Amino acid sequence: MTAFLGMPARAPRGVGQLRGDLPFPAAAREALGNAQLRSNLGRATATIRAKRAAVVDEVPDWAGLRAAGAAIKDAVLADLGSHLIRLEEQVVAHGGRVHWARDANEANRIVTDLVRATGERDVVKVKSMTTQEIGLNEALAEAGISAWETDLAELIVQLADDRPSHILVPAIHRNRTEIRDIFRREMGRVGVPAPPHLSEDPHELAEAARLHLRARFLTARVAISGANFAVAETGTLAVVESEGNGRMCLTLPETLITVMGIEKVVPTWRDLEVYLQLLPRSSTGERMNPYTSMWTGVHPGDGPLEFHLVLLDNGRSATLADPHGRAALRCIRCSACLNVCPVYERVGGHAYGSVYPGPIGAVLSPQLTGAKDNPSLPFASSLCGACYDVCPVAIDIPTMLVHLRSEVVAASGPKPERAAMAGVSWVMRRPRLYTVALRLSRVARLFGRRGAIRRLPPPLSAWTRTRDLPLPPAETFRDWWVRTHGSP
Amino acid sequence: MNAREEILARIAAAVPRPVQVEIPRDYRAAGGEGRGSADVLALLEDRLVDYRATVHRVGPDDVHSRITAVLTGAGIGTVVLPAGFPAPWSPTAVRVVADEPALTPGALAGLDGVLTTCRIAVAETGTIVLDGGQGQGRRALSLVPDFHLVVVRAEQVVASVPDAVAELDPVRAMTWISGPSATSDIELQRVEGVHGPRRLHVLLVFP
Repeated sequence: MTAFLGMPARAPRGVGQLRGDLPFPAAAREALGNAQLRSNLGRATATIRAKRAAVVDEVPDWAGLRAAGAAIKDAVLADLGSHLIRLEEQVVAHGGRVHWARDANEANRIVTDLVRATGERDVVKVKSMTTQEIGLNEALAEAGISAWETDLAELIVQLADDRPSHILVPAIHRNRTEIRDIFRREMGRVGVPAPPHLSEDPHELAEAARLHLRARFLTARVAISGANFAVAETGTLAVVESEGNGRMCLTLPETLITVMGIEKVVPTWRDLEVYLQLLPRSSTGERMNPYTSMWTGVHPGDGPLEFHLVLLDNGRSATLADPHGRAALRCIRCSACLNVCPVYERVGGHAYGSVYPGPIGAVLSPQLTGAKDNPSLPFASSLCGACYDVCPVAIDIPTMLVHLRSEVVAASGPKPERAAMAGVSWVMRRPRLYTVALRLSRVARLFGRRGAIRRLPPPLSAWTRTRDLPLPPAETFRDWWVRTHGSP
Repeated sequence: MNAREEILARIAAAVPRPVQVEIPRDYRAAGGEGRGSADVLALLEDRLVDYRATVHRVGPDDVHSRITAVLTGAGIGTVVLPAGFPAPWSPTAVRVVADEPALTPGALAGLDGVLTTCRIAVAETGTIVLDGGQGQGRRALSLVPDFHLVVVRAEQVVASVPDAVAELDPVRAMTWISGPSATSDIELQRVEGVHGPRRLHVLLVFP
């Protein structure tokens, strides 16, 4: 009768940005060759790690806030449908309209139709990972609508026709010199040009962005945003930001369209007291971000006359279905896990292929798309656990990665490695045979030099391409035991 | 089956038996002490200065004169004053504009500054909350002009975020302001001054 009873509904292919063109190892190899990228990332992540650690350490009840932050999200996920229905009731009661989107295509269609109905050809946008995930800008462009990113980093990415590489700072892979060059080259092409003699001083770059976007804000009639939180009990939406571009978009236009993943709902107003302490400190390493906007439906005489909330599934309900993976939906997109990850720090965000990079991306992206479409991401980690330590909602990313690895392996079908492991397992269950096999392995000593084998024949050469194989000992442990202790 | 029904059905299939999850509130809750105390005010000032806001401490009898002095000292020629701003505090020697009828965004951009009161302030995080009440105006007023002077009375300053959340009415349009507009988007270094007011001045009124 219905589709949902069969396979879980994953994020569809061919739209949005959850899958890369290359598997992670190949993309990572490319990224590692880019010395500029590695130096930009190394400097930026070191800065933010130190800031985060300082402002987290000064909070005496951080552990308590973290436990509450995790539990509130678990409570939401345990009864998500009820919370969404409550949210919808409240938003509607306060003059907003609510739309439901099964996937990226449906969300894009809804937003495109809403913008078309206003007759506008230009919309301003607040930074939103969700609209990146679904490829909204591309869908709007196909409909002849220009979407202008207003967050500084998103502006840099859009002007350079680039892709975001970090959840919080999508242009983290660019340094100030590159940003100056992009502004000089591209701003004039789409609007107010960069000031002549623009330097690479970050103050001047921020000023250039202000001048470039000012007229756009003052004349925009439609804005599109994401949401950090939505309160079910009251219908209140919250957007957390720094620059004021969010406030411009949320306040000045006549029509506001907010696209939000269904997992962003929290039960009560009081719950925000937890997240408004956890998020800024984990994210930008500030005690509080400069601006947080909160609105409930439509406020007569203050802000947009029309408010639309689009609730997006796009693989989230499928993620919810896995008890071992659903905690990834607790994520509040702070990006602390990216900043501490030794893998992310070296390869950057593009190598992950998804808008959600780093440790959280490695667990979230394969669940939204199904592990089959992102089979290499669960392996893009050393399992060091730094991500779990800093996560403000205590997502056990390492354990989840191991779980997803087992799913990938189980789904991958027969492979020589699995056949070999099955053979070893069969032999190891038979002690006498195992003893013989170990003795036989000593034959390998004939092929080694200085205690190691440098090169094995194919297909085993895959192992020795990057490492030596130590020689088996002249005497096996079992033989040594029998010789020194008598019977086994 | 429409999208709403289908998503709700998917959720129901994903978690067939909704369970009640206990939420441990093992953190400093609302009701903390120190509202308006010298310590809390000193903390708020420290946080605001750290954000590169400018703080002026003033006694209750000097509010009017200090407001005028701060505005003229900052080179503010015209300032927009929201409805309900206390009349005795209204500045002199500065052109005052009302938001009646509502000014267009373009007109707001032509003004030098805005002068408002606030709803509540949080010391620990250096946050000032505006909720559109008397003297605070609609959200655009404290956003578009490049200079914002906000008056905070001592008894409005609470210690923590939970203290503020407990008092605020969520269905009002709110802006939480923690320092002037800023960005960390270039090499993750904080730079003050992007789209919101680049200069934030806070007048702390002591009893």
